[in-house]
Amino acid sequence: MKKNMSYMDSVHRDGRIWNLSVMVILFLFPVTVGIIYSAMPDWHGLLMGVIATAPMYWAVGIVETITYVPMLGAGGSYLSFVTGNISNLKMPAALNALEQADVNIRSEEGEIVSTIAIAVSSIVTTLIIIVGVILITPLTPILDAPVLEPAFAQLLPALFGGLGVVFVSKNWKIAVAPVILMLILFIAVPALNAGTVGIMVPVGVLFTLGVSRIMYKKHLLD
Amino acid sequence: MEFNVNSPILFVLAGIIIAVVLAQSVYFLIKAWRRGKAIGMAPEKLKRIAVTAAVFTIAPAVAIVISVITLAKDLGVALPWLRLSVVGSLSYETIAASNALSAMGLTFGQVKDMTAQQYITIAWVMTISIMVGIWLVPVIGKKLQNGMISMENRDKKWGEIFSNAMFIGMISAFVGYVFCDFGTVFSGNTAGLIPPLVMAVSAFVMLLCGLAVKVIKKSWISDYALPISLIAGMASAIPITAWLG
Repeated sequence: MKKNMSYMDSVHRDGRIWNLSVMVILFLFPVTVGIIYSAMPDWHGLLMGVIATAPMYWAVGIVETITYVPMLGAGGSYLSFVTGNISNLKMPAALNALEQADVNIRSEEGEIVSTIAIAVSSIVTTLIIIVGVILITPLTPILDAPVLEPAFAQLLPALFGGLGVVFVSKNWKIAVAPVILMLILFIAVPALNAGTVGIMVPVGVLFTLGVSRIMYKKHLLD
Repeated sequence: MEFNVNSPILFVLAGIIIAVVLAQSVYFLIKAWRRGKAIGMAPEKLKRIAVTAAVFTIAPAVAIVISVITLAKDLGVALPWLRLSVVGSLSYETIAASNALSAMGLTFGQVKDMTAQQYITIAWVMTISIMVGIWLVPVIGKKLQNGMISMENRDKKWGEIFSNAMFIGMISAFVGYVFCDFGTVFSGNTAGLIPPLVMAVSAFVMLLCGLAVKVIKKSWISDYALPISLIAGMASAIPITAWLG
């Protein structure tokens, strides 16, 4: 057990060093470009731009961190919150891998499986984007072709159809109430759309946890 | 030096930062792999997990390349390449760039010959406005994880239900999202049916994969069931959109 903890402790130690270092390095891009071109930011534009953009994304970021960290595991969380695309890429990759290996995210095996899936997914994504950037001129007419547009526009429905059927069928008792609630909310409330689905994830998670707890206490999940 | 949104120096800077991010993924991959082997996980099992994750990633990663192409029209290639290789998305970067430019009295998509000042202002707004999880995970990640582990130790069955409930909660939000335009069907706009139908095709293909695993007993099908259902769903979107869009 002590050995398990020491691995987890080292993941947290390394993750902290990496994430805080990458955070500093990310700021170096605008700083260095400014130095090279002897340009300062437009301070008014910067301030007003941040005021207009940051509050919502910071709020979502805080809620996302609390929601996703327990699902991604330690190593997976440090990587995912640097490389992004969590709900459409890292989380499904981790979920699929956990399902494939039949392990729980809070076991050490689960931690390893999730970290490997998310690390590989991050590496492959980065490499594919590099190839895309190098070949951007010949690729643009192909990837920008109107015929392919509907396929990429429907990526999320295509992803959550396959993923959803596996998890909902395995956990149908706890899935009924949240799926019905979300269907009603998304169909009835026009403000809920692609831009706001991120906010609804924690709502769905909290609601499902509440319903599951009640069902568990009433022995409906035995 | 005269500024250009596609200046080679911007690619060098973005490339260095992306190399560091890539190194972090490689570092964690090696660390987890070694630990997996040390606790007795079969290397074949680890390899299968890695290959499945790699294959699954291809289609969503190509979608990110398309986002880079979209943003590159106004911001050059280097900045979108950097931003979409780290935390960010097409919608977020567009909103951040639009807000930064409108604060400078300009309109995103209509700026010709962007100056270095405008460019770095956009880059600052993009960098600052999404910078939360990257430092918050180091601050609260360990406490959250330890809290979850001690909950699991207290009541193992509830711990398992808790995990499944979190995943189901997330999936239910996206299932709801797929139906967000469904209401328009009642006013005669059939386009709202496209996402639910695509989801149904993907779910059906996943079920077929599950059936195939049982009937022909080939375990590789279950490894690739998610990418297969994803691609099938995306491919079905083309005729479905032509029909209903």
